Amino acid sequence: MREVAIVAFGQSHHRRDSAEVSEVEMLMPVLHQVLDAVGLRAGEIDFTCSGSSDYLAGRAFSFTMALDGVGAWPPISESHVEMDGAWALYEAWTRLLTGEADTALVYSYGKSSPGDLREVLTRQLDPYYVAPLWPDSVSLAALQAQALLDAEDAEDTGADERALAAVAARSRTAAEDNPHAQVTGSPPPETLLDDPYLVRPLRRHDCPPVGDGAAAVVLAAGDTARRLCRRPAWIRGMDHRTEAHSLGVRDLTRSPSTRLAAERAGAFEAPADLAELHAPFTSQELILRRELGLGEGVRVNPSGGALAANPMMAAGLIRLGEAAAAIHRGAADRALAHATSGPCLQQNLVAVLEGDVL
Amino acid sequence: MTPAPSPEVLQAPLVVEFPFTRSLGPVQSAFLTGLRERTVLGVRTTDGRVLVPPVEYDPVTADELSDLVEVAPTGTVTTWAWNPASRRGQPLDTPFAWVLVRLDGADTALLHALDAPGPDAVRTGMRVRIRWAEERVGAITDIACFEPYDGAEGGEAVPHSGEFTDPVTGIVAPARLDYTYAPGRAQSRYLKALGDRTTQGERCPSCRKVYVPPRGACPTCGVATDEQVEVGPRGTVTTFCIVNIKARNLDIEVPYVYAHIALDGAGLALHGRVGGIPYDQVRMGLRVEPVWSEDSRYPDHYRPTGEPDADYDTYKELL
Repeated sequence: MREVAIVAFGQSHHRRDSAEVSEVEMLMPVLHQVLDAVGLRAGEIDFTCSGSSDYLAGRAFSFTMALDGVGAWPPISESHVEMDGAWALYEAWTRLLTGEADTALVYSYGKSSPGDLREVLTRQLDPYYVAPLWPDSVSLAALQAQALLDAEDAEDTGADERALAAVAARSRTAAEDNPHAQVTGSPPPETLLDDPYLVRPLRRHDCPPVGDGAAAVVLAAGDTARRLCRRPAWIRGMDHRTEAHSLGVRDLTRSPSTRLAAERAGAFEAPADLAELHAPFTSQELILRRELGLGEGVRVNPSGGALAANPMMAAGLIRLGEAAAAIHRGAADRALAHATSGPCLQQNLVAVLEGDVL
Repeated sequence: MTPAPSPEVLQAPLVVEFPFTRSLGPVQSAFLTGLRERTVLGVRTTDGRVLVPPVEYDPVTADELSDLVEVAPTGTVTTWAWNPASRRGQPLDTPFAWVLVRLDGADTALLHALDAPGPDAVRTGMRVRIRWAEERVGAITDIACFEPYDGAEGGEAVPHSGEFTDPVTGIVAPARLDYTYAPGRAQSRYLKALGDRTTQGERCPSCRKVYVPPRGACPTCGVATDEQVEVGPRGTVTTFCIVNIKARNLDIEVPYVYAHIALDGAGLALHGRVGGIPYDQVRMGLRVEPVWSEDSRYPDHYRPTGEPDADYDTYKELL
């Protein structure tokens, strides 16, 4: 099997509103950041893959506008997923594994500010039985959180409202060291519990900020990766799984798709020292920790995670990028990265990244 | 509080609205027709579970399912969330609880709204029943909502033929999303200049090409185009077509000519209608200028300037 690594990662400063720039204007500096990091020009990349959503932009084929930012003329080898960029990265990874390409540029972006995100996300739901009720994304996450709080094993997972607030406080305090984060700093969990509910049992701190942002990574295979990056973040395994569409069929307190994806990615073969989890809601971090078997020794979301910045379609790719960047700078040797998409952790992707021992 | 965008950037409301027309398969048709008749149907899986709402394929085994059963209109809340502010399109106008309800006789839960006086009146495990909508059409909204219920528990699921007179075979699901569209810096500058009846392109710092309308990036070089260049107003027809189909809501007599027009100084051609000349006399190389109608924010069409035609070599790269 070919070795493939993430060799560069860049992201925008995620913000509530970026009306002054178009998608491509927001994305382009991030593309330049990663290409500069590896000393490649756009035309020298073998394969380009992107993730975004027309429903965020309110326009059909919106990704074609962003292609201007990568220099798509003369024609390039290009693909797009209508999902988080983590899935674009998966496609690019498989392309590199086939040997058809040595380098790939993966990017994703989303501007939530033009629309009402909670309403926009209802359009990804079952159009016959669910979408006509317009259940918004926060409410669906609240159903999952309440299920976790009520579960018979809630004491085992430590799932109570204080535990949820502790996830928020830890994430947003960690984000103080992340210059890209949208929300940083937090009062202690006890103080957070004084806040009113947004959609009970979720308070504002249990929910991700709504914002705009972009991210990009460069993948490279084998010796090309070693040439482009001092310490490549080798992708040792990656897998993604999905669960039944209907929420009422699933046990919302568990995420079997995450566990299976992790198993297939090799996550349980050796302990990781860092995990970047895409858990937009606090309760989801508790669910993911259990499925991934993460003990106290694993640093979870030192970037602040999705609770500090959750640009739609980019936040999952950012988890892979943050995990890789920690390996690049020697702050981690073996890291897990997780991305999710859809309501209540419907689809989940897990990657295992490692750095060479120097 | 959202910070106000910088003043040079334009914004406008954008509404995306569409009545999605969806056809139903046999299982979904039976379920939604059943709701119209106040009958809740599920489907039995090959391993004996009852799925409500029913699906045509088993989410675990992928077996095709068609064994319909009827379940009770009463059930148990498996999880809930208190929604203090109803949003557009949601089942109730007042504060309510979202609930997943496992109807008596079913093994899975249905998502809907629960009408309750407040969050303290809701808990997991509470008993509820369907409140039917007065007018029912064969849609999930035929269930108006759930309401608290303290009567007897419904029994096991019983077989049902799924046959109704006049079954619904499709639904129309209207969808509307409201956006505030902001075209970004480059396109805002272009649109503002058009307001002054000038056309602004932007030059790529790398390949020197002038893009019009500018989008802020050079698609060849992948870099920002930030040097503004006024182009036109005159230009050259590089290629054209003759339109013989009358567009709805468009007050233009056919046939007419739609052309690619390279404005003087621009590195690529834009689109425009050519008027003021018989349609069969339009030609490549024809020199044209914009014609503005009153209050228009863009040229209505382009007309011949009377200059000699441009030499092919001057526009051959702009076809």
